[in-house]
Amino acid sequence: MRTDVQGHALAVLSKVAQADWPDRFKLRHPFEKLLYTGSRSSFRYAAARGGKSKVPRVVSSDSLFDLSLSDEQQMLVEMLDSFASEVLRPAAHDADAQAAVPAELLIQARELGLAFYGVPEAHGGMAGERTLVTNALIAEALGKGDLTLAASLLVPLSAANCIRRWASPEQQAQWLPAFASEQGAEPYALAVNEPAVLADPQRLQTTARKRGGHYLLNGEKSLVLQGLNASRLLVAAQCSDGPALFWVDAASKGISRQAEPAMGLKAGALARVRFKSVKVPAEQRLAGADFDYSAFLACSSLAWCALAVGTSQAALDYVIGYCNERVAFGEPISHRQGVAFMVADLAIEIDAMRLMVWRACARAERGESFLREAYLARVLCAEKAMKVGTDAVQLLGGHGFTKEHPVERWYRDLRAIAIQAGGLHL
Amino acid sequence: MYLETPKKFRALENQAHQVAAQFFRPISRKYDKAEHAYPKELDLLAALLDGMNEGSPNAVGATSASKRGAAREVEEGIKNGGNLSALLGVMELCWGDVGLLLAMPRQGLGNAAIAAVANDEQLGRFGKTWAAMAITEPGCGSDSAAIRTTAVKDGDHYILNGEKIFVTSGERAKAVVVWATLDKGLGRAAIKSFVVEHGTPGMTVTRLEKKLGIKASDTAAISFVDCRVPAANLLGNPEIDVQKGFAGVMETFDNTRPLVAGMAIGVAKAALDRTRELLSRAGCRFDYRKPLLSVSHAEATLYRLEAEWEAARLLTLKAAWMADNKLPNSKEASIAKAKAGRVANEITLKCVELAGAAGYGEDELLEKWARDSKILDIFEGTQQIQLLIIARRLLGKTSSELK
Repeated sequence: MRTDVQGHALAVLSKVAQADWPDRFKLRHPFEKLLYTGSRSSFRYAAARGGKSKVPRVVSSDSLFDLSLSDEQQMLVEMLDSFASEVLRPAAHDADAQAAVPAELLIQARELGLAFYGVPEAHGGMAGERTLVTNALIAEALGKGDLTLAASLLVPLSAANCIRRWASPEQQAQWLPAFASEQGAEPYALAVNEPAVLADPQRLQTTARKRGGHYLLNGEKSLVLQGLNASRLLVAAQCSDGPALFWVDAASKGISRQAEPAMGLKAGALARVRFKSVKVPAEQRLAGADFDYSAFLACSSLAWCALAVGTSQAALDYVIGYCNERVAFGEPISHRQGVAFMVADLAIEIDAMRLMVWRACARAERGESFLREAYLARVLCAEKAMKVGTDAVQLLGGHGFTKEHPVERWYRDLRAIAIQAGGLHL
Repeated sequence: MYLETPKKFRALENQAHQVAAQFFRPISRKYDKAEHAYPKELDLLAALLDGMNEGSPNAVGATSASKRGAAREVEEGIKNGGNLSALLGVMELCWGDVGLLLAMPRQGLGNAAIAAVANDEQLGRFGKTWAAMAITEPGCGSDSAAIRTTAVKDGDHYILNGEKIFVTSGERAKAVVVWATLDKGLGRAAIKSFVVEHGTPGMTVTRLEKKLGIKASDTAAISFVDCRVPAANLLGNPEIDVQKGFAGVMETFDNTRPLVAGMAIGVAKAALDRTRELLSRAGCRFDYRKPLLSVSHAEATLYRLEAEWEAARLLTLKAAWMADNKLPNSKEASIAKAKAGRVANEITLKCVELAGAAGYGEDELLEKWARDSKILDIFEGTQQIQLLIIARRLLGKTSSELK
C-alpha cells in the first residue's frame, strides 16, 4: 500500500505525538480534541463515500465479502453429493482393484450432463460467463465419493473447458457441440505431465516444430488421466513461440501408448504416451486470442485441488465416524486428545484448502489476476491433502492399512495432488 | 462468491494501514525497549480512533466487533458489518505493531465486554471509560470456570476478594472488568463480571510482568481485598442461571477470537513482507509459476509460509463474516484462532531464520515480531483449547467426555 495524503498527515502527527512540547504547553488535550473532531467528519465522509454503490439497495456479489453459494450452485452440490455417496463410493473399491471405470458409470455420468457445464449456451451447453467456482464445486462434491472416479468423470468437462477457454471461435464451433450432444463427445485426455524428474510444465520437453501447414510433435507424456481410453488428446508442447496446446487424433501415426500404473489413480487408466514425429495440422493448435499457458496450468492444478478438498472432506467424515465407534481402554478413542486433536487439525486444514481454492476460482472467473492465488492454493493443498491422507490411515490404525476401508485408497490417490499437471481443467 | 476486501471497507483498511505504517512503526522499537513506559503517543491516536468510531459505523477497534447486535441493518441478504470491519482494521494495525494495538486506550477486551453485555445505564456510565479485562488467576488460566475470586453481596455492594494476573493494561486503564464467582459451588453459571474503577479501596496493582514480547502492552497483577463494588456495576443479569450463565460470558469470545486471529495475521504479514524484501535484495525471485521443487529453498519456504498465511487469513475472514451474518460461528472462530495463532508463530520464527543474522539482530523488527507472535497462540484461548473446542464440535462430545 502506498503512503497517501492521510498517511503523510499521520506521519506528521506521529512526530507531534512523540514530542514533549504538546505536554509542555498543555496542548495535548486540545490537540486531541481537534483531531477527534476533524477525523470524525473526514471519516464520516469516507464512510459515506465508501458505502455508496452505483446501484443503490442492490447488493452485488462483487462488492461484499460473500462465501455463500448461489441457489443453482447449492442445488447442483446437493445433487452431486448424493451421486457421490450413492454411486461413486460403492463403486470405488472394485474400480480401483480392476483399474477401470465401470462402463455403466460412464453412462450415468454422461446422463448427469456434467460436460454441459463446459459448453457455452451458443453451442448447446450451460456454461455462462462465470464457471470456475461452479466447476470447483462440482469437483469437490464428486471428490467426496472417490478421487479417481471423480477425476475420470471430469475429463470430458475438463476437455470442454479447455477448448472453450483456449481455442478460437472456429475451433470451438467445430469441437464443442459434440460435448453437448446426446451420445457425448469422443473420449478425450489432456496430456501435459512429463516423466523427467524435476520436470517443469512451464518448460516442456515435448516439442512441436512447424513444417509448412503442419506441426511435428516429439516427446513423451506421463500419467495421462484416461490416456489409454482417449481417442482425442489435448497435448501441451513447446513451440518456437512458447508453449501451446494441440488437438490430436490419438490414432495418428507416430503415437504409441501404454498403461502406466501408479501408486494411486488406478481406475484413471493412466497412460504413458509417446510422440514420434506426429504430424498435426496447424489449424489444430488451440488458437484462442487470449491463450495463456500459465493460466491453463493454474486452472488444471485448481481442478486437482478442488478434488482434493472433496476427498479430504470424505476422509474427515469417515474418521469421525470411526473414532467415535472404535473403543479402546473402555471408551471411544475419540475421547483421547491425541486422537481428537488430529481430527480437529484435519478439519482446520480442509477448510483452509477449500477457501484457498474458492478464492482463486472466484478471482479467475471475474477476470482478475489469480496465478498467485492458484499457486498458493496448490502449495497448500499438495501438503495438507497428503496430511489428511496419512492421518486418516493413522487414525484407523492397522485397519486403515487394509482395503477393508477406503482410507488406504485415498492415501494413495491424494499423493497425486502434488504431482499432476494437466489431466483436468476447471 | 467474493472473497476480497469489500469495496466499502477498502478506505478503512487503507486508513488503518497508514496508521500502522506512519504511527506505530516509528515507535515500535522504542516501546519494545522501554517496557512499562506508557506510549503517550497512543492518546493522540485513540482520540483519532474514537473519531473514526463515531464517524463511521464500520470503524477500527475491538469494540466494533460487539456492535453487531446494535446494528440497525434491515436490508436483506449478505451483510458485511462490524465484525469484518473490525477484523480488517486489526489486521492492518497489527502489521504495524501488535503491542501498541493492545495498549490502545478504550480498544481492549474490557470495553468489548461492556459494549456487549452492559445495560443502558451502565453504558452511560462506562461506555467511554477505558476498561481492562481481568479473568486469569494464578490457579486458573484456560480453565476460566475454575475462578476463585469471590463476590459476596452486602447490601447495595458486592465485596470482591481474590487475585488476578495477566490483566492487559490493568494499571493504565481507568477501570477493570473483573470475573468473580457468586458461589463456588455452582460452577460456571455463578461467574459474573464487575466493573471496578481504579481508586476503589481494596484494589491494588501488585506487579507488572516482564515479558517475551508485546512489551508496549502492560500486563498487571491485581489483588482484591474486601473490595466493595456497587451492585450496579455487575454487568448483565445478577441471577445465577444454571442453564445459560457461563454461555453468556463465553459468547464474547466468539466475537473476539477472530480479532485475536486477526492480530496474528497482521504480525505475520509484517514478517512476510519484510522477509520478501530482504530475500529479493539477496536475489530471490517470486513469480508464482515455477514448481516448488525447482525454486531455491528460501523461495520455496516463503511460498509455503505465504500459503499458510493466506489460509489463516481466509479462515478468519470467514469466522467474522459468519458473525456478521448471524450464523453460529463458535467452531469457525476457534478454527481461525487455532490456525492463525500457530501459523503466525511459525511464520515469524521462520522469517527470522530466513533473514539470518539480519533477522536475529535488533536492527530489524523481525526478531521482535517473532517474540510478539507467541502470545497470540496463547491468550484468548491457547492452541490446545481451540483444538478441544473444535474437536468437541466435530465429534459431538461434551466437555466431560472429551476433556
